[in-house]
Amino acid sequence: MLLKVENLTKIFESGFIRIRSLKAVDNVSFTINEGEVVSIVGESGSGKSTLAKMILRLLPPTSGRILYKGKDIWKDFKSSSDLKNYWREVHAVFQDPYSSFNPYVQVNRVLYQALKLIGINPKSEEGKRLIEESLTRVGLNPSDVLGKYPHQLSGGQRQRLMIARNWIIKPKLLIADEAVSMIDASMRGTIIKLLLEMRDVLGTSIIFITHDIGLAYHISDRILVMYRGKLIEEDTPDDIINNPKHEYTMKLIKSVPLLYKKWTFD
Amino acid sequence: MSHLLKLENVRAYYVIKNRSSIKEVKAVDDVSLTLDESEIVGIVGESGCGKSTLTNVILMNIKPPLKFISGKVILWKDGKPIELNKLSRDRLKKEIWGREISIIPQFAMNALVPTYKVRRIITDIYKSHYETNSDEEYILNMAAKRFKELGLPEKVLNMYPFELSGGMKQRVIIAIATLMNPKLLVADEPTSALDVITQKMVLKTLLDIYHKGFIKSIIFVSHDIATVRQIATRLVVMYAGKIIEDGPVEEIISNPMHPYTKYLIRSVLTPERTTKRGEIVTVPGFPPDLSNPPSGCRFHPRCSYKRSRCLSDEPHMLKVNDKHYVACWLYS
Ligand SMILES: Nc1ncnc2c1ncn2[C@@H]1O[C@H](COP(=O)(O)OP(=O)(O)OP(=O)(O)O)[C@@H](O)[C@H]1O
Ligand SMILES: Nc1ncnc2c1ncn2[C@@H]1O[C@H](COP(=O)(O)OP(=O)(O)O)[C@@H](O)[C@H]1O
Ligand code: SF4
Ligand SMILES: [Mg+2]
Ligand SMILES: [Mg+2]
Repeated sequence: MLLKVENLTKIFESGFIRIRSLKAVDNVSFTINEGEVVSIVGESGSGKSTLAKMILRLLPPTSGRILYKGKDIWKDFKSSSDLKNYWREVHAVFQDPYSSFNPYVQVNRVLYQALKLIGINPKSEEGKRLIEESLTRVGLNPSDVLGKYPHQLSGGQRQRLMIARNWIIKPKLLIADEAVSMIDASMRGTIIKLLLEMRDVLGTSIIFITHDIGLAYHISDRILVMYRGKLIEEDTPDDIINNPKHEYTMKLIKSVPLLYKKWTFD
Repeated sequence: MSHLLKLENVRAYYVIKNRSSIKEVKAVDDVSLTLDESEIVGIVGESGCGKSTLTNVILMNIKPPLKFISGKVILWKDGKPIELNKLSRDRLKKEIWGREISIIPQFAMNALVPTYKVRRIITDIYKSHYETNSDEEYILNMAAKRFKELGLPEKVLNMYPFELSGGMKQRVIIAIATLMNPKLLVADEPTSALDVITQKMVLKTLLDIYHKGFIKSIIFVSHDIATVRQIATRLVVMYAGKIIEDGPVEEIISNPMHPYTKYLIRSVLTPERTTKRGEIVTVPGFPPDLSNPPSGCRFHPRCSYKRSRCLSDEPHMLKVNDKHYVACWLYS
């Protein structure tokens, strides 16, 4: 077992005079095994990103624990190198490919930063080899993209670049938060294939966060359904789609637009 | 059936001047399209193929670096054809935009001024985009009435954008764009940033304004064919600045003819028995650079059916039947 989430809760408090509190994540527990692809599915506001941020150690939980290889990521990391190591092994592919790169930083630098994270000098032979290798892996031509700025790349190229970074870092756990929802349907498949290839070649575990249960169906070993901060259903893709137990899961399935069936909008 | 809009061999390029060179991105290149009243047309194609540029051409909203190179954009108004490409921006604002054609731009949701209430956003849009002389109260009354008709609570007028959910925001935008009952509504990716449950609600609102007769026709742009088919009656497929297939939705989905359309349909990832779980089909190769598009058929570098002719000659639109057209040498 790579990751274990136990009774995780996050409460946001807002307002000055009348304090309102909101349970964004409510007593959530699940595990992720090595090499497993698990989707977390739910509508917008259901708490998916909040959950991801806690696992990425960007947001402290209100209560509950996150165990990575048996260590509590909020309590058991004693030194800054523990933390550095965690961020090397647990990595994110972000929501929006259009805004996640600094526009003034050349593509090369994006990859240099990744190399530095794993302690390799970008100018060394190994550094150069890794850059070439990772770009080729994701179907980018090094001479085509190196030296350019993010705005000079297409959305699809930027998304590939983000995954190329991961081929350098080779994380153990990849968290993809709506990484493909906003992008072009015909590019979606390409990106998903690249992610699954990381699992097949490197044994990377993947948490795939999406509002589209149809997408989750195609790529995951297991699907977790989230509703108003709670995990309400967990099963294999076939069982979830063919035999959903929770009413909300049914609603999610019914909302996926199908190619061969037209809605009646009743 | 009466004509509503006609594009004749339209070319619109982004002209980008560098220190030493001029680059032309051929985003809309020799596009022809006729739209009749009552049609709901879905325009699909991969990112960067020119869909949003085409929507701007339809409104003749041409701003640098975009340049209208050639062709005609004809709109029928009170039964008479008008060449929009000959009208000044001023006349477009006074006579066409908002009244005859309205657009919901891609990312419109993110463009709402966060510090203004919805009522202020509405009056501002009407003053700056459409040059209306109507007073604020009149516009706001119209808005309140329209909100009611679409099932939006009237109190939304006094709310700020951040207080609205994504779906609510998009429905407000639809209501605003169609206040003056334009004949044609052009909606550019109105659902792409929303979750699936909200998407369905927004599609329903679009159909509502259509069925209630507030608008006569819709052009719906999306990269997601499964979404488009839920409301469109006709499908237009774009590739690299050109229309490569055009026909009734059901017919194209069950019998796609252009090799690119075939890929597009097979790459859809929906939970259906026809799409096998885990079998992910993708279009091979990369989208072309529109400043230097491939010779002959622009799809040839990615096409597994290509013949020698495809490399040198551009295929014309070929009639399959009365309503179905395709541009591919396989069928001539
Ligand atoms: N302001 C601009 N300046 C220069 N080139 C542009 C500009 N806007 C768009 N382009 C280019 O024109 C082509 C068509 O772009 P367009 O925005 O119409 O595509 P699209 O089909 O709407 O894509 P998406 O699905 O990503 O919205 C692309 O090659 C794009 O890079
Ligand atoms: N920093 C924050 N402060 C207050 N509320 C927040 C914050 N981040 C998220 N929320 C709220 O928590 C809930 C869950 O949000 P989120 O995790 O982003 O959901 P999802 O990713 O599933 O769309 C929402 O109601 C959201 O408004
Ligand atoms: S014209 Fe030729 S290259 Fe183009 S789609 Fe048809 S077969 Fe393929
Ligand atoms: Mg989120
Ligand atoms: Mg666009």
